[in-house]
Amino acid sequence: MKFLLRRLGFYVLTAWAAVTLNFFIPRVMKGDPVQSLINRFQGQIDQDAVHSLYVLFGLDKKQSLWQQYVDYWKEILHGNLGISFAFFPTPVSQVIKDSLPWTVALVGMATIIAVVLGTLIGTYLGWRRGTWADSILPVMTFFSSVPYFWLGLLFIALLAVTFPVFPASNAYTPGMTPSFSFAFLQSVVQHGFLPALTIVLSSVAGWILGMRNMMVTVGSEDYVTVAQAKGLPERRVMYGYAARNAVLPQVSSFALSLGFVVSGSLVMELVFSYPGIGAQLFAAIGAKDYPLMQGIFLVITVAVLLANILADVVYVFLDPRTRQEG
Amino acid sequence: MSNLPIDPAAAVPVDTESLVESAVEGPSTDPAHRKKKKFVFVRNAKSITGLVILAVFVVLAIIGPWIAPHNPNDVSLDLLAPPSGSHWLGTDHLGRDVFSQLLVGTRSVMIVGLVTGVGATLLAVLIGVSAGFLGGIPDEVLSALANIFLVLPALPLIIIIASQMDNAGSMVIALVLAATGWAWGARVLRAQTLSLRGRDFIEAARATGESTGRIVWFETLPNLTAIIASSFVSTVTFAVLSQTTLAFIGVTSISDWSWGTVLYWAQANQALSRGAWWWFVPAGLLVAVLGMALTLINFGIDEFVNPRLRLAGMSAREMRRSGIRPRIGFTARVRNLPRTYAHPTPVVSAGVRSSGEPVATTSDEPKETVR
Repeated sequence: MKFLLRRLGFYVLTAWAAVTLNFFIPRVMKGDPVQSLINRFQGQIDQDAVHSLYVLFGLDKKQSLWQQYVDYWKEILHGNLGISFAFFPTPVSQVIKDSLPWTVALVGMATIIAVVLGTLIGTYLGWRRGTWADSILPVMTFFSSVPYFWLGLLFIALLAVTFPVFPASNAYTPGMTPSFSFAFLQSVVQHGFLPALTIVLSSVAGWILGMRNMMVTVGSEDYVTVAQAKGLPERRVMYGYAARNAVLPQVSSFALSLGFVVSGSLVMELVFSYPGIGAQLFAAIGAKDYPLMQGIFLVITVAVLLANILADVVYVFLDPRTRQEG
Repeated sequence: MSNLPIDPAAAVPVDTESLVESAVEGPSTDPAHRKKKKFVFVRNAKSITGLVILAVFVVLAIIGPWIAPHNPNDVSLDLLAPPSGSHWLGTDHLGRDVFSQLLVGTRSVMIVGLVTGVGATLLAVLIGVSAGFLGGIPDEVLSALANIFLVLPALPLIIIIASQMDNAGSMVIALVLAATGWAWGARVLRAQTLSLRGRDFIEAARATGESTGRIVWFETLPNLTAIIASSFVSTVTFAVLSQTTLAFIGVTSISDWSWGTVLYWAQANQALSRGAWWWFVPAGLLVAVLGMALTLINFGIDEFVNPRLRLAGMSAREMRRSGIRPRIGFTARVRNLPRTYAHPTPVVSAGVRSSGEPVATTSDEPKETVR
């Protein structure tokens, strides 16, 4: 329990750091682009919204920095992230609310598949070190260094343009109304297959390599030798003794590499025109829509932190040593 | 910071045991033998492959703009032409030569990689080593800082910063990447510094009254060389991937050629639906090959530091032929092979000697062959 509380404290600190970064970036940079956008939409934005944009981007020069900071937090805590310029006059929070589920479902599902698959393959490769299994490693290295979006481009070129098996863009057939009907879900799965395959293929290599190296290291521990000397079945030693201990660093590296996986997936969405949060982020870049960019950064950070907390709970569940502490 | 779920020894690919073991075995009296060992890292097949590929890229980065057959910005009438004798990798929608664009772009990719690598590694050493060495509250603060940077999704942050600067050039991108990419190295270095700090030779240096600065520079840092190198290499990989991504989404200046810029133009002009594979396949392959070379170098370093990851210098087929069945729990070693693991860093053994303890000479212990 004590362990979890300490971790929770760390995440609160990280969330605070992210919000503070978000507060300072537009203030250190020049605030002019936002000012000019506000001017451009003059008369169309109501007074409250203008005020919140002033607070969020530090255009309110009359106030002290501290007062600006307090006001900023007030706006954030009320869920007020300003107005999107790219999707004027929709509030940023609404834009994010519409696109977040797509990203969470796609990236979440694909990441879980990649972790489970990678850990299993890595367990096997580590156990069979020094056999043909090692020849897979160079291939893995290749996939781990490919940019996500480029793999996506290749898949589209191969499986959507040359051999039109899968659709190249969107999350469902345009014109369909989102519902829980069978036809709609089928369309979603069909459209999500290539993006998911891209994420799985490009991130699975990292999990395989990490797990393999841990298996090799754990494999020479005394308790594994003892288990083998006792004559336990090989499978039992492999999963019950070696893999069980090797998987712990895997869980913690899951937490740390999540930010990286999410970043890669965002760009992948752009390639597939997937209506998730990544595609919105790039629409925002194109339109110089600063409120949307910053809102998306905050939401992604919070999502990554939540996933981290989940990984910590799993860790406590897997490793009795952390439970003894408290 | 003790509230992290990661056991430092497990998180770092280095196991301290092997370092200690090699320190004890260390001093070999045979000078010829010692000379051979100097190039252990370079003799690793993986790192040789990686280094050779990297060298090719470095050469291309230097001479690329001179040997490029065309000016990458020259418009010609061969619009979207497939690869041919005059345009080796075809042309883009304006008839510009893709091969030349890639050649010219290599330089900015390598510069960003190098500057980010150096900058981030300096930061990582500074923060990681001082956190590990100082301990207490400074350590808590610095580790928390590193962990925050690790957990924050870097790409959206970089995008926000880069997009607020108009047409960010290579240098700006490299500095932003260095400012966000140091955390992993710092974390690994801190863990290793912590384990070094308690070693006898550091204690001995302290007892003989060496200044903290001297202990850090001359006793600790040389022992971290392999880890610093490995963190440098992975930062360069991160930088190359990130720069390509940033250029691809059009955050950086689109007039500077880099591999990502080529991909940006390809994506912006529907290269996919026009079937212009020569436009986007080579650029991504270059990124992948460079990344692979860097990862191979890192494998070499890892195996150099952690002998358990090594394969006794034999391929699977050789092992089968000589009747060795590789099994978990043993590092197969072969009698007539040069012993490659004695000196990860010569300084470790020097440190042991300076501690005044008698050095056990076990270098002629029988080498086990697992059968």
